[in-house]
Amino acid sequence: MSSITNVSRRGFLIGLAGAGAFVLGVRYLPRMVTQHDSLAYPTEADLATLHPNAFVGVNTDGTVFIVAHRSEMGTVIRTTLPLVVADELDADWKRVKIDQAIGDKRYGDQNTDGSHSVRSFYDVMRQAGATARLMLIQAAAARWQVSPSECRTDLHTVVHDATGRRLGYGDLAGAASKLPVPNREEVPIKPKTNWRYIGKGMDSYDLPDICTGRAVYGMDAHVEGMVFASVEHPPVFGGKVKSYDAQAPLQITGVHQTIPIDPFQPPCAFQPLGGVAVIADNTWAAFQGRKKLNVVWDNGSNESYDSDEYKKQLYATARQPCKVVRALGDVDSAFAKGGPIFEAEYYVPLLAHASMEPMVALAEFKDGKVTAWAPTQNPQAAQDIISKELGIPKENVICHITFLGGGFGRKSKPDYVAEAAVLSKKVGRPVKVVWTREDDIKFDYYNAVAGMYMKASLDSKGTPIAWLQRCVFPPITSIYDVNAVYGDPGHLQQGWTDIPYNVPNLRIENGPAKAHVRIGWLRSVANIYHGFAIQTFTDELAHRSGRDPVEYLLELIGPDRTIDFKGVDYPNYGASLDSYPWETMRLRRVIEMVAEKSGWAKRKLGKGKGIGIAAHRSFLTYVASVVEVEVSDDGTIKIPRVDTVVDAGLVVNPEATRAQFEGAAVFGTSVARSGEITAKNGVIEQSNFSDYPVARINEAPYQTNVYLVDSDAPPAGVGEPGVPPFIPALCNAIFAATGKRVRELPLSRTNLGKSS
Amino acid sequence: MIQLNVNGTERSFDGDPEMPLLWYLRDILGLTGAKFGCGIGLCGACTVHKNGQAVRACITPMSSAAGGQIATIEGIGAQGLHPVQKAWIEINVPQCGYCQPGQMMQAIALLAGTPKPTDQQIDDGMAANICRCGTYQRIRAAIKAAAEERP
Repeated sequence: MSSITNVSRRGFLIGLAGAGAFVLGVRYLPRMVTQHDSLAYPTEADLATLHPNAFVGVNTDGTVFIVAHRSEMGTVIRTTLPLVVADELDADWKRVKIDQAIGDKRYGDQNTDGSHSVRSFYDVMRQAGATARLMLIQAAAARWQVSPSECRTDLHTVVHDATGRRLGYGDLAGAASKLPVPNREEVPIKPKTNWRYIGKGMDSYDLPDICTGRAVYGMDAHVEGMVFASVEHPPVFGGKVKSYDAQAPLQITGVHQTIPIDPFQPPCAFQPLGGVAVIADNTWAAFQGRKKLNVVWDNGSNESYDSDEYKKQLYATARQPCKVVRALGDVDSAFAKGGPIFEAEYYVPLLAHASMEPMVALAEFKDGKVTAWAPTQNPQAAQDIISKELGIPKENVICHITFLGGGFGRKSKPDYVAEAAVLSKKVGRPVKVVWTREDDIKFDYYNAVAGMYMKASLDSKGTPIAWLQRCVFPPITSIYDVNAVYGDPGHLQQGWTDIPYNVPNLRIENGPAKAHVRIGWLRSVANIYHGFAIQTFTDELAHRSGRDPVEYLLELIGPDRTIDFKGVDYPNYGASLDSYPWETMRLRRVIEMVAEKSGWAKRKLGKGKGIGIAAHRSFLTYVASVVEVEVSDDGTIKIPRVDTVVDAGLVVNPEATRAQFEGAAVFGTSVARSGEITAKNGVIEQSNFSDYPVARINEAPYQTNVYLVDSDAPPAGVGEPGVPPFIPALCNAIFAATGKRVRELPLSRTNLGKSS
Repeated sequence: MIQLNVNGTERSFDGDPEMPLLWYLRDILGLTGAKFGCGIGLCGACTVHKNGQAVRACITPMSSAAGGQIATIEGIGAQGLHPVQKAWIEINVPQCGYCQPGQMMQAIALLAGTPKPTDQQIDDGMAANICRCGTYQRIRAAIKAAAEERP
């Protein structure tokens, strides 16, 4: 975990004045500052007069610098975490400047994924702000010769009520900087009643820059003297270059040279894929030069990969007994007793991230050091892989974080950043690598394809007596271990081993599957296919038993309790079960609320319309969604309305949180409607938005209403948890509208029209 | 030699006439507001105006931009925020924001031809612009808000 560390005082940093550390908001980005006093790249906060820790600084003019150490890809985290610092500091937000950190282990974890930025750093940020506030109070008290306990703060000012004296933070920064930094135990944290920003939120700090085109994304990064690169990657995962035409691309005006990139040494992890790069004066010339490379490939063993055949294998594996990962009671005996038994199989294909900004990175290798500018979710991993690829110490890699044009997990894998660094070393100039959309779709770390088998025996009321579920998917761990074929606990936990149903006989299994492409995490990850299978199967059982789906779901969840994970390897998203227990009451509550808010029992829907429900806990957040769908005779679907209720514990920035769940409904729509990556002869068949379509304005939900449960529980995730329940809720709504059950995604695999 | 006007400034270009306008704007003029998203005119992230019409800069060769009046997001907001930009800020539309310059340029063109668009007209006018974060609901609201601002 992260901790707050002291950093050097400004007085020791000689010659850095004016060497602004801002990465965002300017097009011409600063070069690496001379390494000095252990800080390779000080932030404005480090350089401020008072800077008790790595996250906050106060200048004598009253400007407060707050460091954003996480990556901004649309969740507004660059505003939300600094807002927590500002609240504890009692700072005037209008006088706050956000300072984007580089990759640096002094900030602790910087991998902006797993929906845990607020969860993991809420306390750290409070401590950071409160420490500075206490020092300012102590400085004022010393000046007034009163006890600090007689003083308080009021928006950027320390106040002594007894005498009415006031001093601004800027006036106190110098004196406060000479005081010892207080220990954690000495620092008072604000009571909730005094919160100024937490729970109320704030617009994105970057909104004006984004809306004027000034925001600098990775695609926009620029340094003098840079050249552009486009890379032809092996079409089959693990393939190698046999030969290519090094000269023909040079016929294109602006093309300088062609450069081979070594294939990765398995396991691939975040190494560049290898291939041949074309270096040019501009992006277009590099793209054109690539077309003339005429590369001949040695495709290697993954050439046999065929996604249709693979699907059959997944189903076949799931039909057989697999590795047991959780068991209660005796499922086999219960099934042997007979009674109504219901089985179903579900399938979700490989999914691509397709962030609007394709992979791109700029890097400069010079004097044994690398400076990179990248839209990365994971700057420290970029440092690691560049260090390994170039054989230089990690400390000699500076990784600036630009804005990200979407991430969704893809930009946690810095293969493309390493590619830029490798090429810069070979070219001897700064290199900006630009992936095309086709590169992005064909060379992703895909969300795993999954096959699932479900079986339940029911009593006379339709209540399950025994429940068996098996999932089979190529694991993410295969990028680190080529022999990995089983799901690891971190992904099996995702809506699978933690099924919250009150069933006396339960067995959960996982089967093996070998990966033939890079598998990676994508917004909500394994929760997508697990949630789809469980929540669809539940709806199927409800209808089969003639029960209302909401009532049935609540009955399966059963009495309020904390789920006992004894004997189960359940990581709970890295959080302790003491702080974040799995409480069925919270799932029940969001279901009851969404039923009420959506008018579940009362909605009068016309012909061709239906509503569906699903509920799911992921990233420690409880979510229930009701989706209304309208299916026309030709099978076209429209989604007029979505209601989503969210219990994410304490929410720092409600407006930004609601936006995440609105977006999750659209993301889920894309997955459900058309999300499918396939392969023939090891080659990915999709290439662009033509054959990997994502939801457009006329296809997305027309209106998504998001309701946040008022909660004092500790903060949980908000970026991902909206996706898993949305997809089955949509498919359950389609069943209600048409009587057609969707067991395989995407929907384009099922004929929803009247003619079928 | 290709002559064109970009955000009010006369420019000339003597490179490959097949080069798309997008790369001229981004790599040569340094105007990075228009984004690269798909390269084949499917996502709208590169949307700019040519003679007042929304065009996909990624599939507009320099040869066909010749003689044209080109406006980008940088030009639209140069004299203070455009009503569409104000509405975008007011409604808090962007998430990652990468597609939003293109969305706003498309919306401005839509409103120029259809000052008070219906939901259907907004769908028709904006369907060529993808937002992967899923801000469509707010885009629709912002277009309506901007339309209300107009006399």
